[in-house]
Amino acid sequence: MKRHWNILLWAGFFLVLAGLLTYIPIFALFPITRDFPWANLLLFAAGGVLLFAGLRRAFRQSELYRGRIFGPILAVLSVLGVGMFAYGLFYMGRQLPASATAPRPGQKAPDFSLPDQNGKLVTLSELLSSPPGGSTSTKPNGVLLIFYRGYW
Amino acid sequence: MRSFQQRLSDFNARGFRVVAISVDAPEVNRQHCQKLGFTYPFLSDAKAEVIQRYDLLHKGGGPNGADIARPAEFLIDSTGTVCWANLTESVFVRARPEQVLKVINGLKLVASEAG
Repeated sequence: MKRHWNILLWAGFFLVLAGLLTYIPIFALFPITRDFPWANLLLFAAGGVLLFAGLRRAFRQSELYRGRIFGPILAVLSVLGVGMFAYGLFYMGRQLPASATAPRPGQKAPDFSLPDQNGKLVTLSELLSSPPGGSTSTKPNGVLLIFYRGYW
Repeated sequence: MRSFQQRLSDFNARGFRVVAISVDAPEVNRQHCQKLGFTYPFLSDAKAEVIQRYDLLHKGGGPNGADIARPAEFLIDSTGTVCWANLTESVFVRARPEQVLKVINGLKLVASEAG
């Protein structure tokens, strides 16, 4: 008798793959799914359940379902993929310098003079000397400085 | 970056400018701002001098071991004093505009009382 295609295994693997590939282009764009990757972890969990069910029937009902060879391969690939994801997100992403002498509240912010995206030099003292457009006050209240890793 | 652009008018209405700093070249920033519609200043600290002055250098954190800035946000008042700082523990977790606006709303600001 011809054995059935074990669709659970492939569906599970596909979900894990989707979880791996969607973080950067989709879920990292929204703070709620970026700060903690719960959407991706849900995909991994759902994929894991399907993979487990697929493996179970591949071995318990091997006369009915296929997957005794590619089932374990897909499962190992999934575990490796999720492991790398977790390593990147929860370990590598946290390897940041201590910044012990970064300016703290109450301290003066070091002044600077740097070119903007149009090549025009911008200084902090200059930014603090005039209110931004759209402000209701005649005096500026301050500046939010965002240091970021860059897009290279 | 995108979320701060979306709330830029809320910062400006409170008398606050938003400014971004990285090691990216002005040309990279120009293309990036054009592509994504960013209108606030993106400053280029290619030699990471200001980044080091703020003790935010992430040695070898960039591609091919380049030195870059670690993510950090500072709110600076009109006297040049830091009134709030956020040094994240993970590159995936950044300050949100709502969080910073809440801090601003809680500040006692001389200029806003006049306005």
